[in-house]
Amino acid sequence: MIAATLSARRFRRPGFPQAAGGAVLIAAIVAIAVLAPWIVPFDPLAQDLGQRLLPPSAQHWLGTDGLGRDILSRLIQGTRPTLEFVALVVVLAVPFGVAVGMIAGYVGGRVERCLNGLTDIVMAFPQLVLAMAFTGLLGPGLINGALSLALTGWPAYARLMRAQARLVARSDYIAAARLQGIHGLRLLWGHVLPCCLPSVQVRLALDLAGVILAAAGLGFLGLGVRPPMPEWGAMVADGSKVIFDQWWVAASPGAAILLLSLAFNLLAEGLRDVEDPFHA
Amino acid sequence: MASQDDALPVGDGFGIRMRRSGVLLARGALRLVVTVCGLLTLTFSLSSLSPIDPVLRVVGDHASRQTYEEARHRLGLDESWPLQLMHFGARIVRADLGVSQTTGQPVRSDLATALPATLELATLAMLASAVLGLSLAFLTAARPGGLLDAATRVFSMIGNSMPAFWLGLVLLYVFYARLHWAGSPGRLDDAFEYTVDHHSGLVLVDAWLSGIPGAVSSAVQHLVLPVIVLAIGVTGKVARMVRAALLGEMGRDYVTLARAKGAGTARILLRHVLPNISGVVLTVLALAYASLLEGAVLTETVFAWPGLGRYLTTALFAADTPAILGATLVIGICFVILNELTDRLISATDARLA
Repeated sequence: MIAATLSARRFRRPGFPQAAGGAVLIAAIVAIAVLAPWIVPFDPLAQDLGQRLLPPSAQHWLGTDGLGRDILSRLIQGTRPTLEFVALVVVLAVPFGVAVGMIAGYVGGRVERCLNGLTDIVMAFPQLVLAMAFTGLLGPGLINGALSLALTGWPAYARLMRAQARLVARSDYIAAARLQGIHGLRLLWGHVLPCCLPSVQVRLALDLAGVILAAAGLGFLGLGVRPPMPEWGAMVADGSKVIFDQWWVAASPGAAILLLSLAFNLLAEGLRDVEDPFHA
Repeated sequence: MASQDDALPVGDGFGIRMRRSGVLLARGALRLVVTVCGLLTLTFSLSSLSPIDPVLRVVGDHASRQTYEEARHRLGLDESWPLQLMHFGARIVRADLGVSQTTGQPVRSDLATALPATLELATLAMLASAVLGLSLAFLTAARPGGLLDAATRVFSMIGNSMPAFWLGLVLLYVFYARLHWAGSPGRLDDAFEYTVDHHSGLVLVDAWLSGIPGAVSSAVQHLVLPVIVLAIGVTGKVARMVRAALLGEMGRDYVTLARAKGAGTARILLRHVLPNISGVVLTVLALAYASLLEGAVLTETVFAWPGLGRYLTTALFAADTPAILGATLVIGICFVILNELTDRLISATDARLA
């Protein structure tokens, strides 16, 4: 995705600054997540009740929370569960949706109608509410939340891929590939799929902004990562108890959620202008 | 559609169109039923996969083997899974959602009091974002690439990235705690909470019916912030989607003709383009309403708004399975119906898809 954005020909296209800005922000946050154990100024789990609810200062840049833990350190450590959640949803939902859509679009006929029906049904489900019920009934945690978002999130990719695969299946170069004796999985994987991916990338970046908000929402409701592990949504929930007196406890984790989600939205909008040949 | 029908004798064309719309309606209804059944199956499988044993909740931890088995039989849990699912479906058709373990009331009556509160919030947010979003769409389409266009783009992107629960907290801090402009979380000031009777379940209507001076303004003060939080994400989406539809039409011949006849931009947009994109507008608004219903879940939690979302979250914390299933189903069915309606609207207003 990033490599495609950076290839020189695309520098001057209108969406480039946005896409690059989003990509740089995301890269920075990923770097923070990777380096988290080495760059946290304090132990994110260390409680110090003598230091609770301190306002931002030179020592604690973003202040301390209700148990005297350094908020900046928890914010840095909190990049991990958020990004893990996002990665998990992507790994679960995208390949499934892409496979369903590609088969439906390429094979056509009765198979297409059946898969379409299934896609439409799942597409109509309320994602966040089902994710809440899912994690509420099966127990809170990263895996359950991601599983439920993936379970209701794949139809978007299936729809997109179906439309693309239908176009591609009738193109001359697929006919040429077939004449060379390429068929079956090799044709789908090597020739149909690469042609459909650009629009899937855009959709993915756009979706990830929503996945981050959903993950944070689940965390806010206490359905995400188990305490005391830091997670941004849960940190906002902690801060909401003292919002009227110590605003800084909820302020910075919420801003972090906004920033990461914004980064993906920027990337998506920019990529759409740069990359997607079928849009506008 | 027109060209096809012109080729046919008048009477036949009408008959075919009627039959075709009948088939479409039947197909839509069928899909609605299948979707709701899918939703039922999914929610029911969730409850049966849950690690919480519903029998233990009834008989307690120290029941004898025999009592346990009896209770299990009474709850119908010794039946096969498909049979249980069928019984569950049959109960839902009779609108029997069981009894909530936290409130002790039938889930159905709990939901009946919670639903109007959510609908009031979502509908007001819908109205706000429709008015604001459509005005922004027309203003930016009249001058694409202008300052307002860029500002709307930024506003829409920030709105899309905003965690609603956090924005709610920020607004509460600024406008309630610091400036005292808006009301506290909840639906009314404490003074009115017990004097205003619940007739319709809609706080504005109830406050107005009560005739108590100050009740309506208190209700408005409490509504403003949650409505803003809900509307912010949706307004930008409405504005950008309608703007794109408007601009898509601007290159058409009939627009050039109207312009040649001397019509101004405002007149072209409102009198010539708007009727042509009314289908898009309706669809965008229906989709927005569905996302508002879902968005209300988190917003209600922040603003202590006694709607479906808050009912669901309190049920989640109490592991109150009947209440969780009931609330999920009701929200899900509203959502599914809205989605289906959107699809019907698209095909009803876009002749190319009919």
